[in-house]
Amino acid sequence: MEITNPLLLTVILINFFTLGSARLGACIRIVALQGALLALLPLAVHGFSLHSLVLFSGALLFKGVFIPLLLLRAIREVRIRREVEPVIGFVPTLILGVLMTAGAFLFADFLPLAVEHLDSLFVPTALATMFSGFLLLITRRKAITQVLGYLMLENGIFIFGVLLSEALPLMVEGGVLLDLLVGVFVMGIVMNQINREFSSINTESLTALKE
Amino acid sequence: MNLFVITLMILLGGSLLVLLTRNSSLATRMGTLTTLLATTLSGYLALHVLISGQSLAISLPWTVPGGEFNLLLDPLAAFFVLPISVLSLLCALYAGPYMADEGRTRYLSGHWFFFNLMVLAMLLVVTAANAVLFLAAWECMTITSFFLVAWNHQQEEVRKAAWLYMLAAHLGMMLLLALFVYSGSYSHSFNFSDFGALQQLSPASASLLYLLALFGFGVKAGLFPVHIWLPDAHPVAPSHVSALMSGVLIKTGIYGILRVLSFLPTAPAWWGWLLALLGAAGALYGISLAAQQRDIKRCLAYSTVENIGIILLGLGFGMVATAEGYPQIALLAYAGGLLHLWNHALFKGVMFLGAGAVMHATGTRDMNLMGGLLRRMPIAGLFWIGGSLAIGALPPFNGFISEWLIYISLVDAGTLLNGLNALLPLLLFGLLGIVGALALVTFSRLIGISLLGQPRSTVAEQAHEAAPLMLVSMGLLLACCLFIGLYPQGVLSLLILPLGQIAGQMVGDELTTALTPLGHGGVLLLLTVGLLSGGLLLLRRQRPEQQGATWGCGFQFPSPRIAYTGEGYSEMAFRHLLPKFMRPVVTGGKVAGLFPAPISLAQHSTDPVLYQILTPLFTAIATRCQRLRWLQQGRLPIYLLYILIASTVLMVWSLWAGSRGG
Repeated sequence: MEITNPLLLTVILINFFTLGSARLGACIRIVALQGALLALLPLAVHGFSLHSLVLFSGALLFKGVFIPLLLLRAIREVRIRREVEPVIGFVPTLILGVLMTAGAFLFADFLPLAVEHLDSLFVPTALATMFSGFLLLITRRKAITQVLGYLMLENGIFIFGVLLSEALPLMVEGGVLLDLLVGVFVMGIVMNQINREFSSINTESLTALKE
Repeated sequence: MNLFVITLMILLGGSLLVLLTRNSSLATRMGTLTTLLATTLSGYLALHVLISGQSLAISLPWTVPGGEFNLLLDPLAAFFVLPISVLSLLCALYAGPYMADEGRTRYLSGHWFFFNLMVLAMLLVVTAANAVLFLAAWECMTITSFFLVAWNHQQEEVRKAAWLYMLAAHLGMMLLLALFVYSGSYSHSFNFSDFGALQQLSPASASLLYLLALFGFGVKAGLFPVHIWLPDAHPVAPSHVSALMSGVLIKTGIYGILRVLSFLPTAPAWWGWLLALLGAAGALYGISLAAQQRDIKRCLAYSTVENIGIILLGLGFGMVATAEGYPQIALLAYAGGLLHLWNHALFKGVMFLGAGAVMHATGTRDMNLMGGLLRRMPIAGLFWIGGSLAIGALPPFNGFISEWLIYISLVDAGTLLNGLNALLPLLLFGLLGIVGALALVTFSRLIGISLLGQPRSTVAEQAHEAAPLMLVSMGLLLACCLFIGLYPQGVLSLLILPLGQIAGQMVGDELTTALTPLGHGGVLLLLTVGLLSGGLLLLRRQRPEQQGATWGCGFQFPSPRIAYTGEGYSEMAFRHLLPKFMRPVVTGGKVAGLFPAPISLAQHSTDPVLYQILTPLFTAIATRCQRLRWLQQGRLPIYLLYILIASTVLMVWSLWAGSRGG
């Protein structure tokens, strides 16, 4: 409990950083850090067992190393550094993020949780991270930032998954990692496609696909 | 291992195996063999259940939420499994030579894959004893038959018809989902064996469920006025597929109605009246439109609407008689409806397969381009005429027996009931009489225009006889028709168990003994006709005959163009009979001036329900929905925002509902 709470608080701070920053490279690195921190969670919560070690290494590999590397390569290839003209400005997004995090904490108080989870930050952090991811998905125009948003969303789900990992079989976590991968692949394809067809990775251009 | 499970395995394995080959004739052989093996087994099992009355229950492991792989082959299911087996078998035999030409230019593996899967799905639908399994099988049946209907998808017309079928089938599926989800949550289980809890439903909710079942299954069954997909889909499908769909696939809709009725509390009289009146309306509507079509398969498709109407009229009137307390009359009506269901599978099989043979020979479905085919394809033509006699309910064929039972039940009700109550059965009796008369017009027109007279086109002139295997399957079906017509008591004794299950009473053998004289009459009639034609043939041989052009009417140089067209033949019957909205649209044909120029006349018959009611309705809905287009911004973030809003609302709602409940 002593180590998990600082971990989770850092995760929330990383959420805020990603919401407020325009530099894509920094965003990717910080989200990678978030993934690495989350990979520690199963160890911190359930101790050193085979199950949690598998979870730790899997999460670290995918969330902390593999996907960020892919994304970094992507921005190198399409030569973009900054998120310009987001739909909503950075400061308003940040304020919205704070409001949502506060809402998540309030909301978690109302949830009928198991006794051992009542005092922990798990549920509010999970909700806050999911909401921040959503916010990122909604407010940013670059496909890369949207992938980041999707990653954060998955991180939020992962925090929930850690809570349940003892109760539910490995399938749950496997599923989390798997659809994370799928998400990245899909976005990668979309991004490549946009880049090739419209010579920009602004999702604005996708509007042309409207029926 | 259970025989029925083996049947299902054979079908599944065969349909997958056939995908491995790219050789069309090998695919045909494998597909036919699969159907042959499986349907022989399932037909044997169904016969066994119908004779011995021992139901067959099977339970297999299946991990689907709410679903259990429970199968039950009780008499009602066996009653449907038997025609499915017989017709699938004969259609598969027929399909080989019918598709052979096509097989030279495209792979037939896909066809056999879907064909065997469709047979599998139909068998599962009628034996499933779990709502989830039933719906899954039902959906499988829809999808596989969709692909079979869309087999010739290069043509625009085929794609449109298949699309309409898919749309209609899924609208029906929505009703069925509502029906089974409600029933399942009411009885806390999706197993049919637990649906007995529905007996405690209030009359209002029971009626709601009944209506859901009636229209949900009715879409598939071709119930008027939701039959709209049927006249388009049957003509465009390959002929053996049309035969199978018209003969047994749409009957699974009737199975569904009967099965759901067995769960619901005792039916009030108005349920039966609704079914009977819709049936009568459908019969009248279907046959009136059938008589106007120049497309032979479209004509047969409308005749399917008619026959489904007659079956539903019988079953509905059986429900009425049960509710009014006349079990004997109910038995007659139910027996008529059930027997007609089998009969229709048989003679509609003959008719569609015959139409396929004609199409195969001439390459057209337009009867105005045919004529004189009886000379060129004598055996197939003869079978087609036999099928027309059966479908026109003429003795000594089977259609006569089943319609006779329904007529008798209506007359009995008319004489036993008193006052205004007696009026309705008698009215239905009259309507059924009109339907019968129109059926005669329709089918004398169908065979008269296409088989008799002089060829109207070069394609008709060059027509050839159908392949032997095609003739065999048609001949076997017609033999079954004749057998039922001559020996009705034997076939009716097979019906006793399902009849008892539907009518909810013990059935004695009064019914079968009452039918014996009918069979004898049929034999006598057949003998008389045989003797007479033999005598005529003898006379003809002794005296020289005078040669003259068919329908020459005294003209010196008759041409096929002066013979009756399909439109001309039916116009006599329809000019004064049909209401205006059902008449065909006539364009041209006005002669003016003393020396008129050549003019043309065209007649076109469309489905009034589809084009005058449903299409305008759905177009209006679509235009209204255009106003919601602003929701579709076409921008990813906006859609994500929708998801966020929806999930937030759901979260808050679940919390609110949880706090209120807990």
